[in-house]
Amino acid sequence: MSQRIPVVELSSRDLKRNARQALGDSQLRGNMRSAMDSLMAKRLASMPDEYEREHLREMGNHVRARALSKLPELLERLEANLTRNGVKVHWAETVDEANTIVLAIAQAHQARQVIKGKSMVSEEMEMNHFLEGHGIEALESDMGEYIIQLDHEKPTHIIMPAIHKNARQVGSLFRDTLGIDYTEDVDTLIQTGRRVLREKFFAADIGVSGVNFAVAETGTLLLVENEGNGRMSTGVPPVHIAVTGIEKVVENLRDVVPLLSLLTRSALGQGITTYVNMISGPRRADELDGPQEVHLVLLDNGRSQAFADGELRQTLNCIRCGACMNHCPVYTRIGGQAYGTVYPGPIGKIISPHLMGLENTPDHPSASSLCGACGEVCPVKIPIPALLRRLREENIKKPDDPHRVMRGQGSKYSATERLVWQGWRLLNTSPLLYRLFGFFATRLRSLTPNIGPWAQNHAAPKPAARSLHELAKQHLEGK
Amino acid sequence: MSAKANILAKLRNSLAGTQPLVDDFDEALVSEPWRYAPEQRVPRLRQLMEAVHTETHLTTLADWPALLERLLTEKQLGSLLIAPSTPWGAQLAEHFAGRSDAPHLKAYDRPVEEWKAELFNDTPASLTGTLGAIAATGSLILWPTREEPRLMSLVPPVHFAILKASEVYDNFYEVQQQQQWAGGMPTNALLVSGPSKTADIEQVLAYGAHGPKDLIVLILEDA
Repeated sequence: MSQRIPVVELSSRDLKRNARQALGDSQLRGNMRSAMDSLMAKRLASMPDEYEREHLREMGNHVRARALSKLPELLERLEANLTRNGVKVHWAETVDEANTIVLAIAQAHQARQVIKGKSMVSEEMEMNHFLEGHGIEALESDMGEYIIQLDHEKPTHIIMPAIHKNARQVGSLFRDTLGIDYTEDVDTLIQTGRRVLREKFFAADIGVSGVNFAVAETGTLLLVENEGNGRMSTGVPPVHIAVTGIEKVVENLRDVVPLLSLLTRSALGQGITTYVNMISGPRRADELDGPQEVHLVLLDNGRSQAFADGELRQTLNCIRCGACMNHCPVYTRIGGQAYGTVYPGPIGKIISPHLMGLENTPDHPSASSLCGACGEVCPVKIPIPALLRRLREENIKKPDDPHRVMRGQGSKYSATERLVWQGWRLLNTSPLLYRLFGFFATRLRSLTPNIGPWAQNHAAPKPAARSLHELAKQHLEGK
Repeated sequence: MSAKANILAKLRNSLAGTQPLVDDFDEALVSEPWRYAPEQRVPRLRQLMEAVHTETHLTTLADWPALLERLLTEKQLGSLLIAPSTPWGAQLAEHFAGRSDAPHLKAYDRPVEEWKAELFNDTPASLTGTLGAIAATGSLILWPTREEPRLMSLVPPVHFAILKASEVYDNFYEVQQQQQWAGGMPTNALLVSGPSKTADIEQVLAYGAHGPKDLIVLILEDA
């Protein structure tokens, strides 16, 4: 019987409920706090020169913005160059279409086993679950992804999927699922994972990976990783399927130089990852290894909706480094799973509403103190706090507002709330009403209602006996 | 309409009336902070690579086979995967020629399908060349070829790589420019900056995740 580690229910998308539950989990909070403190320190240590850091962020922003400003052209160029290199390119508007494409490739090769390198887009697609439903085993090979797959969980962080677990928890999990002796020794645990997964790489019919950058100029798929599982997944099986979002394309090969440097330093504080793997085609006739077929699936899944609005388009600058979550006070306290979305944390709060609709993520834009840390560390300068405010506006639009921006807009619209704010505005813009309100609020201060939740941690609010206006007036009149 | 046509139509419609942003790529920003005096390149590379558990050795064009022999003995490696048709492979084969105590030198000379089990289970080490290295990040440059295929530097638990000291570049941008990468990429190009590693459990660094557990770089000072 596997010992379940207390985490929030995966099926729940109720952020508020999940957050409440997560806040009570001291193990989770301890694991997250120490991990995020360390990641923040490492990032800063790898970017000590403020001039270089800030100018490179500006450049990263320009490179991504330029790519988006000619996205359709670059996607066509990418497809043409990949096709010339022997890679088959597929397009999918929805996750269902993407899964169908992957399944068709798998079935054409009578595939039974799929080994996966890390791919957040495949998480969007819930590819593992889908393939298993068709009798195909899909196994994660990134150590963190493998750990959470064994425990039937979802990633808690886009770079470090199992960061919420400590070695004791992984030791128990491996003992219960893999039948090894319990150990907390991280080296032993990793060597166990290596041994099990090597057999899977060896036997797999298909390797699946994500893509960090797709280079239009050369038709190159660039993957960064430390473990080597990405190279194994894309190099050992006879077929490689890469899945990625349509926004991941960059124009030129040189454009990856600043983005790569920003990505690895922002994510892990590393100047570079152990492997930077640039794939520009399947095995050629005279080569002795590498996949016989390489496929790229380009997925939209709500991205074109974000793209349609000039402001919201900036969401698609993201290079998935995770720095925003590492620096987020909300994320650090509730962990990634509480969000109930594939992408957690600040970036998750601005991308998920496009992927899933605001009706399914109604609380996400509000789950922020707007402290601004995410925007300050973003390597491509996505103004995350501004986009959160924008989504809050979209969230409370009248449902019949003719200006359609996104799926599920107006999900939090409340006629009562709107009326209250309209009343508040009137009160504050009419001098007569404002003075009357001030007069009665001070005279009747003993009747001030108690605001329960606020008063738990603060002094209960109570108006002063006289308003500042009145006091000043008295003072000036010499009374 | 196809998915492709739909997606492109939506994107084009969203961009209607806008101009593509100009390319203001700042070459200085990605190269100037990462320049080194010639005599600093190898020390910096070694420092960065050793910080992530790479073993590096300074040697010469004439001496490296003997050094490699010593390392194989020390590490108790009885066989080595080489590319006999490359200059390095030929030089090493010649070094061991006619010796009864020579390690078993294997060649990656047939498609992986024909010897996959042996590659995975009975090939403890490999030797490849490099296309140089990058001082800024401590990275080796590998372009797998027919002679040195992709899996040669990945599957064996120990990877020996030969690097000419004269081919250590300052930074990745310079490599792309001088080697004219944009003009034609191979099916697979790699930057390798250490042995395989992971920090996925509690951020504790562990080496030998899925790729080589040991990366040993032989730097030829006179080459």
